[in-house]
Amino acid sequence: MPRPSILQKIASSAAVATPAPVARQVRGLSDRAIAWLFVTPTILLLLAINIFPLIWTIQLSFTNYKANRAARGEKFIGLRNYERVLGDADIWITLQTTAHFLIWTMLLQVLLGFGLAWLLNKQFKGHSFWTTLILLPMMLSPAVVGNFWRFLYQPQIGLFNYIIAFFTGADPSSFEMLGDVNLAPWSIVIVDTWMWTPYIMLICLAGLRSIPDYIYEAAEVDRASKWRQFWSITIPMILPFLMLAVLFRAIENFKMFDLVVQLTNGGPGSVTELASINLKREAFEKWRTGYSSAFAIILFVTVFGVANIYVKALNAVKQR
Amino acid sequence: MKKGWIKSMLQTAAGAALALTVMAAPSQKAQAQSLTLCWAAWDPANALVEMSKDFTAQSGIEMNFEFVPWPNYADRMLNELNSGGKLCDLLIGDSQWIGGSAENGHYVKLNSFFDKEGISMDDFLPATVYAYSTWPKGSPNYWALPAMGDANGWVYRKDWFSRPALRSEFKSKYGRDLEPPKTWTEMKDIAEFFQGRDIDGKRVYGAAIFTERGSEGITMGATGALYSWGFKYQNPNKPYDMEGFVNSPDAVAALEFYKELYKCCTPPGYTDSYMSEGLDAFKSGQVAMMMNWFAFFPGLHKDPVVGGDKIGFFVNPGQKVEASTLGGQGISVVSYSEKKDQALEYIKWFASPEVQKKWWSLGGYSCHKSVLLDPGFANTQPFAADFLKAMDGVQDFWQEPAYAELLLAMQKRVHDFVVADQGTAQEALDKLIEDWTETFEDEGKL
Repeated sequence: MPRPSILQKIASSAAVATPAPVARQVRGLSDRAIAWLFVTPTILLLLAINIFPLIWTIQLSFTNYKANRAARGEKFIGLRNYERVLGDADIWITLQTTAHFLIWTMLLQVLLGFGLAWLLNKQFKGHSFWTTLILLPMMLSPAVVGNFWRFLYQPQIGLFNYIIAFFTGADPSSFEMLGDVNLAPWSIVIVDTWMWTPYIMLICLAGLRSIPDYIYEAAEVDRASKWRQFWSITIPMILPFLMLAVLFRAIENFKMFDLVVQLTNGGPGSVTELASINLKREAFEKWRTGYSSAFAIILFVTVFGVANIYVKALNAVKQR
Repeated sequence: MKKGWIKSMLQTAAGAALALTVMAAPSQKAQAQSLTLCWAAWDPANALVEMSKDFTAQSGIEMNFEFVPWPNYADRMLNELNSGGKLCDLLIGDSQWIGGSAENGHYVKLNSFFDKEGISMDDFLPATVYAYSTWPKGSPNYWALPAMGDANGWVYRKDWFSRPALRSEFKSKYGRDLEPPKTWTEMKDIAEFFQGRDIDGKRVYGAAIFTERGSEGITMGATGALYSWGFKYQNPNKPYDMEGFVNSPDAVAALEFYKELYKCCTPPGYTDSYMSEGLDAFKSGQVAMMMNWFAFFPGLHKDPVVGGDKIGFFVNPGQKVEASTLGGQGISVVSYSEKKDQALEYIKWFASPEVQKKWWSLGGYSCHKSVLLDPGFANTQPFAADFLKAMDGVQDFWQEPAYAELLLAMQKRVHDFVVADQGTAQEALDKLIEDWTETFEDEGKL
């Protein structure tokens, strides 16, 4: 007779320790009831912190409510807030700024992230060290990154300006990355790219390492060139990973707030005022609760809609 | 045996509980006898901490303080008030908050308390009573005691201004002596003169002015120029009628001038700067002149590096009129406090002429006439006379309940034009009227 393992011993002693009435009660529950028992707390939490605020926000978006003037009450104003948001030229400028930030950060991060992953997948000497080093930026807090890049961009003492000056011969204080209307939108793109390229790289690296070697070996046998292998094996097989990474990063960057607030606070003027910064100003500085609720719903529907279309495309790619 | 053991344990526990109750009693009493005063974290707040020790000695009430850095001060405190928070028993709140705080019931109305205690608003400088205490504006409804008079002023490097070589060069270039400016135009000349100059082997710049975007900075700076050009928020005969006033030709000229001053004469990277950035620039010897609140001048005067005889002060220059941007605050009792009586006791103590004199001597700016109208007041500090002059012509931003919305609209329009080169001054002010009109329509005032 084999000796019982330690786990079996623990399980049997726990079963003995369960009081008979409780054991009888649990035995009396159906599988469905036990499932509900486990899921209910999560559902209640979700309702309380996600669904209820969402429904409340939708309701507020049809009113003139201001949270700092609660005593004034609220009045139903129909679609007026939505008309105002969609008819506000400043909101469209904000959305354009967000789109600029989103497109360029995604493009640069995908190119650089994939490139780095491709290099690190070569398993050269010291590749583990370089992988760790490259991953460091994404482990930092966005507030910290924002602050130290603000110092790096400082035109009088900032290292970034001195590096540019070293290569171009220009006076370091002759240009302002954060204060110049033309450079500020690029300055936030650079910092976000620096911080989050490693994330894309990591997912791409996982994708590259998941491709079985025998596929490349078969391609070699068929005398496929490296270029052909890249386009016909690597890209199709890594595409679902890449698309997933882009989805995560795009949603995050659509909501981008902390990093840009630390860097430029939406300035100079409003040239780096992303949608989320504008929304925060409307909601918690101007206290236009009804208006900002309408803006938040519009942003939510936009992200939700685009993300859904994207996920369908992702599934299609995966099924190919 | 077992029962005896349990009994002795229970007796021990009861004894310990009794001892803890007795020990806790004094601390509970002390807690009941304490007040929390909320304000911004800056030099005058330190003076108030020092002075409040007298109140504690006199009343037995401990004073706690909650000081928040200026950039977050409005956000933090208005959130506290809007949520009915009990953190602050006393609040030294910005002048612009008075309308909203009165209408939303955040502050205790002080009229009956003043009557009962014989505190007369006639004892305080009228401009400060109007700005820091009353709502509706100018009515005898008092929601705060004028606590900290303040206005936007200027400080300059007297040691640089007095260098013979620089004086002679300036005179030959501009045909007048290098002295503190009387107008904005003169100030720009001086700022241009110093911009990019090497002094003692270090590159220096003309002026540090307010350009901050997030809270109130650039509005407080630009209005310094706008008021000097005669800017008015509305038609004096028709409230909320802004067309032709907010965007008058003089207002446009003033805003253009502020932008020229920003472009020509500020240090590099000076795109989002307010009080602390200005102080940093001035204390590190980067700028010849700095715009800042009078509240900082006592600290600057005492500064071991740039203080004393090295610096001088001047009131906001006039252009078409003599005017300064109002700062400063009144002290209010928060209506959600559970210690209103003790808070009122503090206000009574603070309003006494002796305390007001000490307040000024420690670095606070009293608004009490017994201090300000004392014949010797102007000589008490090198900036005292300028402070009096500034307070004579102060103007404040809207103090409406919707002030935050009005302020942020101006922050955006002015920063867009001055720092971000978006559009013209005329367009910025026209758009500002549109923003403000929309706000006043929402408020039911238009």
